[in-house]
Amino acid sequence: MSIKNRFVFSLIVSLPMLVEMVGQPFGFMLPGGAWTMFLLTTAVMAVSAGPFIESAWAAFRHHHANMDTLVAIGTATAYLYSFYATLTGKAVFYESAAFVVTFILLGQYFEEKMKHSASGAVSKLVDLQAKDAEVMRDGQLVKVPLAEVIVGDIVRVKPGQKIAVDGVITEGTSTIDESMVTGESMPVTKQAGDHVIGATMNNTGTFLFRASKVGSDTLLSQIVEMVKKAQTSHAPIQKTVDKVADIFVPAVLMIAILTFTVWYVFLGASVVNAMLFAVSVVIIACPCALGIATPTALMVGTGRSAKMGILIKNGEVLEAANRVKTVVFDKTGTITAGQPQVTDIVGDPETVLDVAASLEVSSEHPLAAAILDKAKADGRTVTAATDFKAIEGKGVQATVNGQAALIGNDKLLADYALTTELSRQMTKLQSEAKTVVLVGLAGKIIGLIAIQDAPKASSAGAIAALKKRGLRTVMLTGDNQRVAQAIAAEVGIDDVIADVLPGDKADNVKRLQADGPVAFVGDGINDAPALTTADVGIAMGSGTDIAIESGGIVLVKNDLQDVVHALELSKKTFSRIKLNLFWAFIYNTLGIPVAAGVFFALGLSLSPEIAGLGMALSSLSVVASSLLLNTSKLTSAPAPTAA
Amino acid sequence: MIKLIVLIVAAALIGFIAWWFFGKHTTRAVDAAMTGQSQDAAVEVSGGYSPSTVVLKRGVPAHITFNRKDPSSCLEQVVFPDFGINQFLPKDQDQVIDIDTSKAGEFDYACGMNMFHGKVIIK
Repeated sequence: MSIKNRFVFSLIVSLPMLVEMVGQPFGFMLPGGAWTMFLLTTAVMAVSAGPFIESAWAAFRHHHANMDTLVAIGTATAYLYSFYATLTGKAVFYESAAFVVTFILLGQYFEEKMKHSASGAVSKLVDLQAKDAEVMRDGQLVKVPLAEVIVGDIVRVKPGQKIAVDGVITEGTSTIDESMVTGESMPVTKQAGDHVIGATMNNTGTFLFRASKVGSDTLLSQIVEMVKKAQTSHAPIQKTVDKVADIFVPAVLMIAILTFTVWYVFLGASVVNAMLFAVSVVIIACPCALGIATPTALMVGTGRSAKMGILIKNGEVLEAANRVKTVVFDKTGTITAGQPQVTDIVGDPETVLDVAASLEVSSEHPLAAAILDKAKADGRTVTAATDFKAIEGKGVQATVNGQAALIGNDKLLADYALTTELSRQMTKLQSEAKTVVLVGLAGKIIGLIAIQDAPKASSAGAIAALKKRGLRTVMLTGDNQRVAQAIAAEVGIDDVIADVLPGDKADNVKRLQADGPVAFVGDGINDAPALTTADVGIAMGSGTDIAIESGGIVLVKNDLQDVVHALELSKKTFSRIKLNLFWAFIYNTLGIPVAAGVFFALGLSLSPEIAGLGMALSSLSVVASSLLLNTSKLTSAPAPTAA
Repeated sequence: MIKLIVLIVAAALIGFIAWWFFGKHTTRAVDAAMTGQSQDAAVEVSGGYSPSTVVLKRGVPAHITFNRKDPSSCLEQVVFPDFGINQFLPKDQDQVIDIDTSKAGEFDYACGMNMFHGKVIIK
């Protein structure tokens, strides 16, 4: 019989007793008196409370005691005593037993419903998966179930379809909504060579992609696995709670016996009153609220962060994130985009860029790639120059549209003069640690292009937000001091540690830990030791597998703003855990003396029914408080994402 | 007179509770049975896990069959924090849980409310 049915049964059967309780002052009595109540309560005890007693007995045989023990002993005492009182013609309190069972079942029913919604995040993630895929087999596109897609398959995706597995686009372009996996709200444009993520939604175009990861290797499966582990993990704070819970129930039983003895033997109360106090103690003391305080909050907190593209691996990380004082960033790929980009063009932008792109079109230099990317992004058509000739150690020259053109580094200054304006600009750009390229046409320098591994758009905002939260920010990089300083000044980082050898990153983190717990944000293989050493390792989702493995938190979106969100959500979740535990403890420590009649002289006491209702409410309030984490406001509300 | 008897009975009860719940009661560890390429163990869930400690061989795929006889909602889930397993146990039905035995060690598991504990030892 389900909890709901047991509750409905006991509610209906208890109703006549409720009517009598209300009607008693007006002289209303149930026909049959105590014997009718006996029959009704027997039904409740047998049907609705039966499982409590069964389970309490099973636990007892294993030298265990749990909440069922308390419910069973409390209600059975009330019931058996009332039966004895019926036979001997004394006052009965059957209704206490029946009402307590009803209230506790009501509490359990709601708790069950709420627990399901707290653990819903994972099943929602799994539901995101596509059910089938159109796969190329023997030159034909055939629809196969998801499980039959293998690595290397060519899969076709039409507009509005879900992408089945992870892979790389081989043909076609489209915009893809990846919000379900990365939390990124804007659709992303993808073309041949770009990676696609399984379970994301294809919006506009039809494309083919080669499956690279299937089954449990896909990003979604790994996210699900990580979230599951996080949700079943225990925060260290829980260990104390477990110790308390282990001795709690037997201790309560002893207190109940003491309560009865003190009231009956020493204070001269009647057997009925002494017993009511003892029963109230047993009923109010259920430690369920303590038991669910941590897991429910952890579940809701990690589930919510997963939806934002922030994967928190376990409760330990969450508790550590809450204490972080310093956030250390790797530079390349974390604060910056990780590849050189054109940041400034001096001179007529279109001409300068066109000439530069024509000269660099067949070059494999990383700076050339930056210029070509910029030309492509600006929608310029690039025509290759002719008659290439290298200028030894300085650059290249060639013919563009019938005119002599050249591009090269600052050593060209030996041969060409700059206007005062250009030379002023050049000094300024170089002081910003940018690499400056000179572009010449028809025997004269017409402009400059500055190239830099520039900070991501979100970096400065994220660092400002961290500083606002009172955290110290540090940049740790293998790059030279001048470049590091320039980037640090641009994004507003407090301290810079430059010229760090790859193997020394972890040592530097250790040194910073002397001043308090440290979070390290990184993405590369060389960051793995630092990620493990730091109290909280935050890995970029685009990073290497080893970095993701080493990090305690993974940011799927690679957005530094998520560092802020991750720390804030951890703090929120952890303080919710503490709040839950506080209320659960307070409730028990205050509830027990009140139920035991310590404040009876002040007119403050609890009947078993009220104790039962209170117990149900305490569990409910804890679960409800955890669920509220889902709606709690983040002060670092997601910044408007740049398209 | 009756009050004296009540007092004695109460003291005796408290003593019994202390001995029964806090005293040392040894539990037996049970080795999983090897069947061909895998190993199996059965755990009955009733007021706790019996046997509460299962010993598995490292590197051999293991299946533990849980069967919940207990109606309590406390025990309706079994949680292995180290393996990320949080499995609902339907009442009176066998529920097989696969254990990753690639790493040796002691792995605790518990019910959903972390009040009942069991252990898997992999060696």
